[in-house]
Amino acid sequence: MASLAVGSLRPHDDRPPPWRAVAPGREYPFAGHVDPQTECLGGVHGSEDIVVSISRDIERYADLFASRTKVMKSSAMRDLMAITARPEVISLAGGLPDTSTFPPDTFAAAAQRVAAESCARALQYGPTEGLAETKACIAGVMEAEDMRADQEDVVVTTGGQQVIDLVAKTLIDPGDVVIAEGPTYPGAVPVFSSYQAHVVQIEMDADGMKVDLLEEELQRLDRESRRPKFIYTVPSFQNPAGVTMSAPRRRRLVEVAHERELLVLEDNPYGLLRYEGERLPPLFALDGGVYVMYLGTFSKILSPGIRLGWVVAPPPVLEKINLGKQAADLCTSTLSQLMVQAYFEQGRWRDYVESLTEIYRARRDTMLDALADHFPPQAEWTRPGGGLFIWATLPDFIDTTDLLARALRDNVAFVPGAAAYLDGRGRSSMRLNFSGCDEEAIREGIRRIGEVVTEQVALYGTLTGEEGRQSQVASRRGEGAGADVLPMPSPAERRQRATP
Amino acid sequence: MSRVAVLKGGRSLERQVSLRSGARVQDALERLGHQVVAIDAGPDLIQRLRDASPEVAFVAMHGRDGEDGTIQELLEILGIPYTGSGVLACVRAMDKVLAKHLMLEAGIPTPEFFAFNETAFRELGAADALQAIEDRLDFPIVVKPAGQGSALGIKFAGTAGDVPGALVAAFSYDDKVLLERHVPGRDLAVSILDGEPLPVVEAVPQSEDFYDFESRYEIGRTSFVCPADLPGDASERAHELARRTYRLLGCYGFARVDLMLDEAEALFVLEANPIPGLTETSLLPQAAEAARIGFDELVGRILELAFERAPGAPA
Repeated sequence: MASLAVGSLRPHDDRPPPWRAVAPGREYPFAGHVDPQTECLGGVHGSEDIVVSISRDIERYADLFASRTKVMKSSAMRDLMAITARPEVISLAGGLPDTSTFPPDTFAAAAQRVAAESCARALQYGPTEGLAETKACIAGVMEAEDMRADQEDVVVTTGGQQVIDLVAKTLIDPGDVVIAEGPTYPGAVPVFSSYQAHVVQIEMDADGMKVDLLEEELQRLDRESRRPKFIYTVPSFQNPAGVTMSAPRRRRLVEVAHERELLVLEDNPYGLLRYEGERLPPLFALDGGVYVMYLGTFSKILSPGIRLGWVVAPPPVLEKINLGKQAADLCTSTLSQLMVQAYFEQGRWRDYVESLTEIYRARRDTMLDALADHFPPQAEWTRPGGGLFIWATLPDFIDTTDLLARALRDNVAFVPGAAAYLDGRGRSSMRLNFSGCDEEAIREGIRRIGEVVTEQVALYGTLTGEEGRQSQVASRRGEGAGADVLPMPSPAERRQRATP
Repeated sequence: MSRVAVLKGGRSLERQVSLRSGARVQDALERLGHQVVAIDAGPDLIQRLRDASPEVAFVAMHGRDGEDGTIQELLEILGIPYTGSGVLACVRAMDKVLAKHLMLEAGIPTPEFFAFNETAFRELGAADALQAIEDRLDFPIVVKPAGQGSALGIKFAGTAGDVPGALVAAFSYDDKVLLERHVPGRDLAVSILDGEPLPVVEAVPQSEDFYDFESRYEIGRTSFVCPADLPGDASERAHELARRTYRLLGCYGFARVDLMLDEAEALFVLEANPIPGLTETSLLPQAAEAARIGFDELVGRILELAFERAPGAPA
């Protein structure tokens, strides 16, 4: 019987038979022709007349997709995450700041001012690198963390996410090495994937990225004559782990960058959202902008809806970033930029950040208490001094993607840890957000997740005959500092370990 | 021309696929000249159906609610004719354990299996029987939730040490799970339209990782060949088995039956899906195209069949 691979042929395809099917290693010879009228294949094979139509479905586009689209993450998780948006779901999954306390009067006054004073400008294109007025606001935000940057070294972007994309676009050829933390910001994963970067993830503990392991990894790469294009890090209140890189490690990381002439992309959305402890110097301040590129954003200190971020980078790099930005979207919204300027001129932006800090600190405490009350003893979690996230790690027999499916039946959601790795690790961890829900929802959400986890731990105990090890959940409130960011084995390692 | 309610979405884990199926069906129905109301099945479903008072409902929902007989039961109560299988066929097909027992009874080959609900482990010490099950099925063992339509929650247990974790994962999706003998071989799907099988589709995974179930139905990581190039009379036998399974479960209108062809060219039925995907990349529309039935024609035919079944409809 004759066959064709759906979509592997086109009408008027003039390649001679036998045509090669999309299935590797198999040939699908076909003695037929394409009828230009019906766009069907007609032919005679043996004694049997066969007419097979050519599929008009998307498989016909499959040949057209760029190879970078083939490394996209699994659709199962995407489908699960789509359900988390339903209104009845308590979502501890998103990274949403709470925008509900932003004063509408303040918003109205800023909008009024833009309309009265710069209507035509606000409605017009602007320069690719951004407006000088916005850059002045950026200078103010950076100064709040003791950083200084020349206006010429800043490009205003459409959110911080665009910075990651533009930096990757500027520096990464397929196969190039990027160093990131393990776990890393889940939103950076599709960016690195789409530029076909080879991402090496460095473990963390309560003091952030283990810089000694980074150095070992760099030496290993040296031996393979591979030089990483850049090191991507969120040093303060890391997304997703919630941990903060210690001062000595910050200094050492900057030294390593100088010694090896390596670029670092410091992503700092949460630096001003500190709930306790001493402020630590950003890498950018330690380095003076020689090897450290800085990513800032208004998303967490003002609003993610205005889509404003920025990048500071050494001039030759910035020039390429600027060209990339021009290709991507010409310029950042002028309307948003002028709104930010009008808002900053009201002079109360730090008060607003302070009020957010109060709200988030209480929510973090609520979540930590709820975790202590409801998660079983086998679970561990980090204790963030700021930011928006807690990273919890469960026993390795629990796969948090499956757990999410179970949790969604109870209308609660989180981000499965696998989303923060490119190598299959993180399967027993989860990212929990405490900024987007009120305290009651946080308590209830954690209670529901805790119940499901406790159930699964007990079930596993029953299945392995180790019930004796399971103990009742007793509150662990106030127990010492947070756990390390536990690296979880990859599925392959687990299989290996399970083999006697 | 009719007033048609397209039911889509819902709270199942396959919500996204269903929204895509529904949108595509909606477009096709509009091109065919029908008056279409699209309803994302939620708490106001009954009210919205009453307000729309459709002459017929096109059920484009997959998984829980849409495929397990729930929606069909509601439509029966409201007296609205609907597409696809009725309540009983949905109940039988969606519960893989029930479907497999029926297949065994009818002499339709299906991989050997054992099924349990969570209470069997919690209260009856079923864990003590795992060793015997493992000896009987050999590794790797496929562990699946009984009532999950997509590949979610399906795990391969390569060793005894993997089994408890795989069971915990499967129980995340359903209270009942099955442990099934793994049949190595080729993945086939036979779609059925109005009782007649369409050309066999073969899913050929590109991924090297045999254990990677998630990639199996993803574009770019799996390619689909239709009609599948099968040895000897395997296509005819696959058609016959699919037809028998469809009849056995009492399916109506359309369905998709998934099978495995092993190295000895023996066929095994894995499951039947009463409402298979109708998206751009779904197997049923691809198979229909291979049989020269375009998507609009397919949708039109499925809708006609709904009227033909409706009580009082002209024979």
